[in-house]
Amino acid sequence: MIAIIDYGVGNLFSLQSSLRYLGEDVEVTSDPDKIRKADRIILPGVGAYEDAAAKLRSSGMAEIVMEQAKTGKPLMGICLGMQLLLEKSYEYGEHEGLGLIKGTVVPIEGAAPKGYKIPHIGWNALQLKRDESGRADKLFKYINDGDYVYFVHSYYATDCAASVIADTEYGAMLTAAVANGNVYGCQFHPEKSGDVGMRILKAFCEIQTDCEGQTGEEAGK
Amino acid sequence: MITKRIIPCLDVKDGRVVKGVNFKGLADVSSPVALAEYYTKAGADELVFYDITASNEGRKIFTDILTETASKVFIPLTVGGGIGTIEDFDRVLKCGADKVSVNSGAIRNPGIIGEAAKLYGDQCVVLSVDIAKIDGVYRVFAKGGRENTGMEAIDWIRRGVADGAGEIVVNSIDTDGVKQGFDIPMLKAVCEAVNVPVIASGGAGCVQDFIDLFEAIPDIDAGLAASIFHFGEVAINDLKKAMADAGIPARL
Repeated sequence: MIAIIDYGVGNLFSLQSSLRYLGEDVEVTSDPDKIRKADRIILPGVGAYEDAAAKLRSSGMAEIVMEQAKTGKPLMGICLGMQLLLEKSYEYGEHEGLGLIKGTVVPIEGAAPKGYKIPHIGWNALQLKRDESGRADKLFKYINDGDYVYFVHSYYATDCAASVIADTEYGAMLTAAVANGNVYGCQFHPEKSGDVGMRILKAFCEIQTDCEGQTGEEAGK
Repeated sequence: MITKRIIPCLDVKDGRVVKGVNFKGLADVSSPVALAEYYTKAGADELVFYDITASNEGRKIFTDILTETASKVFIPLTVGGGIGTIEDFDRVLKCGADKVSVNSGAIRNPGIIGEAAKLYGDQCVVLSVDIAKIDGVYRVFAKGGRENTGMEAIDWIRRGVADGAGEIVVNSIDTDGVKQGFDIPMLKAVCEAVNVPVIASGGAGCVQDFIDLFEAIPDIDAGLAASIFHFGEVAINDLKKAMADAGIPARL
């Protein structure tokens, strides 16, 4: 079962529908027991960082996410959900994230040259990072370099070079996806990215728990 | 590089798409769900569902159709038509809409833009504006383009963006239905005034009209049309290919 964490932020209809479409057993939940029993976890999110981070903590879900990330269970943050996995955000002030991925969240404004519209809304191409043997991350095993996915955001993750598994170009290079062990983050919306998005979700659903259980421990080192 | 978007708009009344012809492989042309799936396969970058139902019963059918579509089609979905309150936003967002477009509702109650943006985020709020040039000035029209509000259009759009509209759909009454191309001067004026995505609507009659639009206004983000897609005059996959061939960034 896939648990989509419900902490009162965002519209989860499409995410749930897309996973069901793939034939997955999926539940939108804030029940710690269900999340602990899940094979994989998705942390969604739209809206403002400060508000979402506060809700994640006050609902007790931040604690569960931290605990579950350490088990090596596949976990994916989407959009603001991804940004929450990082150490901090400078969206209207300075706010702490979960720190499961090293890096910070900063405005696109200032990174992209003048004339680039904010938010970055629309379909943009993924530039996949490859390891020494030329392989892209397993999250992208069913897609190709240059495939398009759908973005909607005004802030992006930076100082996370070690975790970046894909970038996208918007006047500047913006982080499109990150991974640290089995903790994944997608800035774009796979559930809104047509066939390509579905293939990314399918790949995520095939990632197995990392029995080493080291996930998340590397962050911040 | 971010691509230029092509957006078919489906007018839905009592659960059926109002305009439409037969496509190969599409048995029921007036089924919004089937047409949405068809367009998605053809390469549509986004879909707009426009609710032109007047009755409460029709509303219920509309949201049922929206739910079904959002369970099968995984590209961004904007809903418009009859949006006047936060409850309307809530109703369609719960059924799978990603963005909600307000038009006359914002003219009646401009506060709704800021209120909705605060609740759901700027990215969720689309301000749709019907504009005609009257005595050399762009004016905002209400009630589906029937009523001149007297408001200056560029001011209205600037104000909407300041309040939190994350995207603007600009529909030119002067070119709508004429099929002689988009209203380039008017769209240019809007693009120069705001720094959020602008979607052009009204006037497309053929593939070249879209090419002309994107070449004349590099800042325009998307082209929206209805009947030319439904009547098969322009096939979305042909259009996207023609855009790519012309050097316009397009998702193929």
